[in-house]
Amino acid sequence: MTIEELEQIAKSVSQENAKYDFEVNVCMDLACMSQGADRLREALEKTAEASGKKVLIRRTGCMGPCSSGPLVRVDPDELLYHHVKDTNAEAIVGSLGGEPVQGLQCDLNEHFDKQVRVVLENAGHIDPEKIDDYISRDGYKALLTALTEMTPNGVIHRITESGLRGRGGGGYPTGLKWGTVAKAAGELKYVVCNGDEGDPGAFMDRSVMEGDPHRVIEGMAIAAYAVGANKGFIYVRAEYPIAVSRLTTALREARRRGLLGNNICNTPFCFDVEIRLGAGAFVCGEETALLASIEGRRGTPKPRPPYPAVSGLWGKPTLINNVETYANIAPIVRNGGKWFAGMGSERSKGTKVFALTGKITNTGLVEVPMGIKLREIIEVIGGGVPDGHTFKAVQTGGPSGGCIPAEMLDLGVSYDALMAVGSIMGSGGMIVMDDTSCMVNVARFFVEFCMTESCGKCIPCRAGTAQMFTLLTRICEGKGTMEDLDLLVGLCQTIKETSLCGLGMTAPNPVLSTIKYFKNEYIEHIVHKRCPAGVCNIEAPVPEAPMEVLA
Amino acid sequence: MSESMGVKTLIIDGQELSARAGQTILEVAQENEINIPTLCHLEGLSDVGACRLCLVEIKGSNKLLPACVATVHEGMEVITDSERLRKHRRTILELLFAERNHICSVCVSNGHCELQSLAQEQGLTHISLPYRNPALTIDASHERFTADHNRCILCMRCVRVCAEIEGAHIWDVMGRGINSIVITDLHEDWGSSACTRCGKCVQVCPTGALFDKSKIGSDHPKYPDFLPYLNLMREAR
Repeated sequence: MTIEELEQIAKSVSQENAKYDFEVNVCMDLACMSQGADRLREALEKTAEASGKKVLIRRTGCMGPCSSGPLVRVDPDELLYHHVKDTNAEAIVGSLGGEPVQGLQCDLNEHFDKQVRVVLENAGHIDPEKIDDYISRDGYKALLTALTEMTPNGVIHRITESGLRGRGGGGYPTGLKWGTVAKAAGELKYVVCNGDEGDPGAFMDRSVMEGDPHRVIEGMAIAAYAVGANKGFIYVRAEYPIAVSRLTTALREARRRGLLGNNICNTPFCFDVEIRLGAGAFVCGEETALLASIEGRRGTPKPRPPYPAVSGLWGKPTLINNVETYANIAPIVRNGGKWFAGMGSERSKGTKVFALTGKITNTGLVEVPMGIKLREIIEVIGGGVPDGHTFKAVQTGGPSGGCIPAEMLDLGVSYDALMAVGSIMGSGGMIVMDDTSCMVNVARFFVEFCMTESCGKCIPCRAGTAQMFTLLTRICEGKGTMEDLDLLVGLCQTIKETSLCGLGMTAPNPVLSTIKYFKNEYIEHIVHKRCPAGVCNIEAPVPEAPMEVLA
Repeated sequence: MSESMGVKTLIIDGQELSARAGQTILEVAQENEINIPTLCHLEGLSDVGACRLCLVEIKGSNKLLPACVATVHEGMEVITDSERLRKHRRTILELLFAERNHICSVCVSNGHCELQSLAQEQGLTHISLPYRNPALTIDASHERFTADHNRCILCMRCVRVCAEIEGAHIWDVMGRGINSIVITDLHEDWGSSACTRCGKCVQVCPTGALFDKSKIGSDHPKYPDFLPYLNLMREAR
């Protein structure tokens, strides 16, 4: 495979596409599939064939506004239809070349206008199971450029220059990490892709793997070339069967095209990737636990240092990055580090994909430049809180993130800004809450998640999260005291400072941030025995005999 | 470690000390009779850094490091005792006491228990956290030993000694988080497991979770000191 051959493939794809007058793109992401996108596509294919029009029915990855699914986009007119049912197939095919179908069209201009798509540039435009579709949109060009025109150091330099930081949550500078692995001693090195997205309400990585799997593989191959590895692992959770099947297809097609395997592009570079399935443990998203799981051991974290960059898989230097980080690599190599660094804020460059969920009109995936105000994401792109309710808080960073109140909506989204207000970027989940959410109950929900997902290795996380849960439950039930609240805060500090891995260290975030910004709700529960949002079921206070605890 | 031979100098609690490169902070502290509380650590077993009691402060860094696994660096300044560390250590011990049913007065290890000694050493006089009082079982199926999960603190010393020293690996962990529990074989009774009856796990158990049936009442000291000696003899062979 050479760059000329890639261009040849791209040309033949566009020639093939030119045979059609219309392209009907059907979103086949998990969310749309679950709403019947599969049946819709079949219906569209049948009607298109019967109509005799030259129509290409293409299945694509996630288009973004998942709550409006199933989504269909008709090109070249760029008409977006939402809530399409298989019974609408005839109307859509019939409308081709004429007036758009009434009542199906969705007006999401504002939603899309504010977005900048880098990671999701192909999502909704290519068939994730066709490598040629990916190649036709500059796919694998970056890999071949890197292999034939750049030194490994040159690649690392370009990534460093871009200012890209790890998208898994930690925000570690990617270029620095690559440089460390490249410098680590040893012949045998590994690259690992962390696709164990476990946060409740987060689905960025799933959509990338389902909608554009080759982008991840290309990013990994470039990384392997840069750090001197020739074996890669993609660790995907087994709860993502569509992602697994599309990745498997993508790997097979990449091997068939000679883009994986031995002597890629007639260079000495050899690289192949294996998929490893996670068995549903949230903690396996922590890098050392993930590596233990790949090795076939119990998925528990271990103290760092040594970092995986020095001693990772089977003790070898290992580069581990998140799906979205790898998805950013190819565009950076293609367009240069400066182009990427031109987007975003001072210390957080580029764009970030967020999964907007909760009490928000446009639930789904959005990609925005770093530094954008939370208000813009929620009110403009997300369409605000539905049903006339008022916005109360947004939780960023999954179960271990903090809740940000309405007063702080003008905060620019970046790693450091979120950290400063007691939350984290995390992998990019954003859960919006309105006046019907009780913040104590919200904290309790996330603590319960961390409690059940703690691996049990270190004491602060294992027993501490369980104690936090007990104390929060007491408060929710109206049985808490102000002493319990003090106890809770003290406990949070110990868990935060002493836990072994990120899960424990960040588990108190939802509690601390809700106590910081919504303390009045805690006091209402404790002192006045009432839940302001009406969520917690507090019985009328009955004087009860103090229960003696045996010890 | 051999590749980075060299001597490092560091300061622990104001004392200027020297150490071999690759040594852990804990090793250096113990050589110089500086006490750092430990629980999951045991000389002769691999370190896991799980109990978090040996966390120490490093000057110039806000992050606490586990002394049992953190290696020394040239010029590092270690503080092993401070109000912050004492508070965390007491909370961790409280968490352990409240996690399962640790009732010293009726425990076979009363007076010989590492958890109890640590609580005394750290000045822990009462538990302010709610007791969880879980309903846990006692496995008395083994002809010589008993496993009382009420007293287990999940330090994993039994798991490590069985896998690393005895080579039988009949102990392991089942479940996650607060529901974790040590098991024998694939969760079979200890008595019908492939246990070699060597008793190493009982000797290294810091509490009364694993005990010898032939010992009565509180007359049950444990002797984990055999481990470094055994390792030394094996290396010498």
